[in-house]
Amino acid sequence: MNIMNVDYSTKIPNNVNLTEDRQVLKALEGWHPGYLDWWNDMGPEGFQDSLVYLRTAISVDPKGWAKFDYVRMPEYRWGVLLAPQDENRKVNFGQHMGEPAWQEVPGEYRAMLRRLVVIQGDTEPASVEQQRHLGKTAPSLYDLRNLFQVNVEEGRHLWAMVYLLQKYFGRDGREEADDLLRRRSGDADAPRMLGAFNEATPDWLSFFMFTFFTDRDGKMQLESLAQSGFDPLSRTCRFMLTEEAHHMFVGETGVGRVLQRTCEAMKAAGIEDPNAVEKIRALGVIDLPTMQKKMNLHYSLSLDLFGSEVSTNAANFYNSGLKGRFQETKIEDDHRLTSDIYQVLKFVDGEIKLVDEPALTALNMRLRDDYTVDCAKGVERWNKIIEKAGVNFRFELPHTAFHRQIGEFRDVNATPKGIILSDADWAKAKGEYLPSNEDGDFISSLMTPVSEPGKFAGWISAPKVGIDNKPGDFEYVKIAA
Amino acid sequence: MNTHVAPLKQHLIDPEICIRCNTCEESCPVDAVTHDDNNYVVNAEICNYCMDCISPCPTGAIDNWRVVTAPYSLDEQYSWSDLPAQQEIESSGAAGETIEALEDEIGALLEEARKGLGGKPVAPLSSSKASVNIYNRGKPALATVTGNFRLTQADADSDVRHIILDLGDQPFPVLEGQSIGIITPGSAADGKPHQVRLYSIASSRDGEKPNANNLALTVKREPGGVCSNYLCDLPRGAKVEVTGPFGATFLLPNDPAANIFMVCTGTGSAPFRGFTERRRRAMPSAPGRLLLFFGARRPEELPYFGPLQKVPEKLLGKYFCYSRVPGEPRVYVQDRIRSEAAVVTALLKDAQTHIYICGLKGMESGVEQAFSDVCRAASIDWSDLKGLMRANGRYHVETY
Repeated sequence: MNIMNVDYSTKIPNNVNLTEDRQVLKALEGWHPGYLDWWNDMGPEGFQDSLVYLRTAISVDPKGWAKFDYVRMPEYRWGVLLAPQDENRKVNFGQHMGEPAWQEVPGEYRAMLRRLVVIQGDTEPASVEQQRHLGKTAPSLYDLRNLFQVNVEEGRHLWAMVYLLQKYFGRDGREEADDLLRRRSGDADAPRMLGAFNEATPDWLSFFMFTFFTDRDGKMQLESLAQSGFDPLSRTCRFMLTEEAHHMFVGETGVGRVLQRTCEAMKAAGIEDPNAVEKIRALGVIDLPTMQKKMNLHYSLSLDLFGSEVSTNAANFYNSGLKGRFQETKIEDDHRLTSDIYQVLKFVDGEIKLVDEPALTALNMRLRDDYTVDCAKGVERWNKIIEKAGVNFRFELPHTAFHRQIGEFRDVNATPKGIILSDADWAKAKGEYLPSNEDGDFISSLMTPVSEPGKFAGWISAPKVGIDNKPGDFEYVKIAA
Repeated sequence: MNTHVAPLKQHLIDPEICIRCNTCEESCPVDAVTHDDNNYVVNAEICNYCMDCISPCPTGAIDNWRVVTAPYSLDEQYSWSDLPAQQEIESSGAAGETIEALEDEIGALLEEARKGLGGKPVAPLSSSKASVNIYNRGKPALATVTGNFRLTQADADSDVRHIILDLGDQPFPVLEGQSIGIITPGSAADGKPHQVRLYSIASSRDGEKPNANNLALTVKREPGGVCSNYLCDLPRGAKVEVTGPFGATFLLPNDPAANIFMVCTGTGSAPFRGFTERRRRAMPSAPGRLLLFFGARRPEELPYFGPLQKVPEKLLGKYFCYSRVPGEPRVYVQDRIRSEAAVVTALLKDAQTHIYICGLKGMESGVEQAFSDVCRAASIDWSDLKGLMRANGRYHVETY
């Protein structure tokens, strides 16, 4: 079988030759009904019978991986798709650098690898759960489709991780795969593993912010797992990244379209002051200061996903060749980092300072810094839209120490500029930095669905180009099909 | 003398839409895509148009093209915050490869239509520079039908219509002789979208109405024809998706001294209506002659028969030929070319003469045979002359 093309002869589309891998096929087929139950219980609410114009991969080479057609989501062909294998691939970092990449799990790293796969896997269904009510308030059919595309691809990413668990981790892996369907976002008894994935996604601005900031953490994690010496994990993540790019797109253009609409409405109404919140809200658009607050919230929650500033786990993952750095093979150094240092922001003697740490234990921070650079570029694009519209306002990423629950700054009250406040001052100022209940209520009040093709809610602009180059009034979702 | 540089179709990424996800750089097999902190860009020296990057792009930013004489450098691309507009490109030249369309689908249609030329199409030396493919299937222009009139009489066998499309505020620069593409909504039996159909523009560059952003088409209703029936049935006010403009060689010379020898049947008259109108509006006293050999079954079926009667002979020499008038011998355009041998010979000897043939596929061979016969009588080698005229941009064929 051509490794590029997807085999549809089994129930589970795949390019990993499942027909000749009976044991894994059986395990996956055993897991499949539970997955569908989960999708029907926890997937997009109210649209399971609608026809959605979705993208499905029919092969993993560039020509075949984006085929668009209408499909009912429960009938989406979730499958197991790995980037093509490179026979000559090596372990590219850590103590095994230069060895051929592993096609099987090295015994001594079994537990560590399983943990990496489970943590990554747990985030995938979590976001589907977090977003399941959004369909009811979609600002357009275009956005509704994008939401569902994100959802089905998160579902596929779960499949990707479950395949690894079932193929390479035996019975433990099967149990972990079942647990991925058992935990629920925000559930008091069986929550998802990471904090940001238990937060609610109450409205579409939150969704766009989530896909921009939190899914970007996912992108960074996938990027570093794509470097793994364990080749099946690397190949899985490389293909997932092409899908993840769509999620980045939904977030960046989503926020961009919201602020574009706000700027246009302000200009049309002759409002020059971006802080004239009440006047701007009266236009039925979301004022820029509130968007900054939402950004502060989602950015800080996402920073927490990178873990502690100094982490021996991260050092071990790297040293063992399991999880590399962002674009590891493009970095010019010894790829072992045994004697290197890396500067990390820490809280020392009441001050926020850069401190030298061994580069190996600071790897979480390095990835987080790469993440921040990536975020900043997107924020700059947003600023360009505002500037082009002639509005005098700039978005800024808040300081690393702002609003943190994990790591060095969890007990510190830092402002978005990095100024430390007393508890009393913080209580007074907090509302300026983070969205309040009133802000949330206002945003919610705008969330009325628009389902006429080509029409958009008043708080968001139309996109510049359609999905799959479709014209503006294309019916991306046939709701009552 | 101008030196012509071959225009190039350059692949570019729209920085306004791109989200820098790196997918294109990852998927490019020849490393033509690269980036800096600002933009993702394509190196024109490396890109081989394999299109591997197109479908993985999540945004559509990747699918942008500009025809350029000198490609934009990487540094230029890095500095952009949006894409530059398509520059008007000089499309003719002895050494130049002429680009008639950017979409392969349309390029193939035009190539087929030009087959009767027997060589590479070359634009007249003095024609204006044509803009091509500003709109494509993915990003069509939306035109409004502002007129749809039957040109043939009620008792005629054929239903030929004059359809006026208004482009509103969408820039759509055209030249006489260019075509536009029409996208028929819906899909064919095989589930694929209908093929784009090409129609020659029947109006002049400044609009059907002077200085209006509109244009006219001449459309014959074909039995079972998906696009022609769609167009012919459109009411006023209907919206149509339009691509183009297309074509960069079958163009009117701007030189007023150029003689323009036009041969057509049926709706092949469309571009010649544009040519005539351009001459009438822009250079009514041009020294060059304008001649029209126009064939139809009967006067009732000759598109624009009425309006043509009103065009003075001084502006346009008209040679109508009818093949089905009861009681009269059948006359085809090639017969008329032979019977007007004196006029034709004089024109063929004149280095200012440009020949245009437009109509149904196959008509060009009969017309060529007639030219060949006329030439033999005047001791001219037609095949030499034709080759010379084609290479000079003075011989043009567009048959469908």
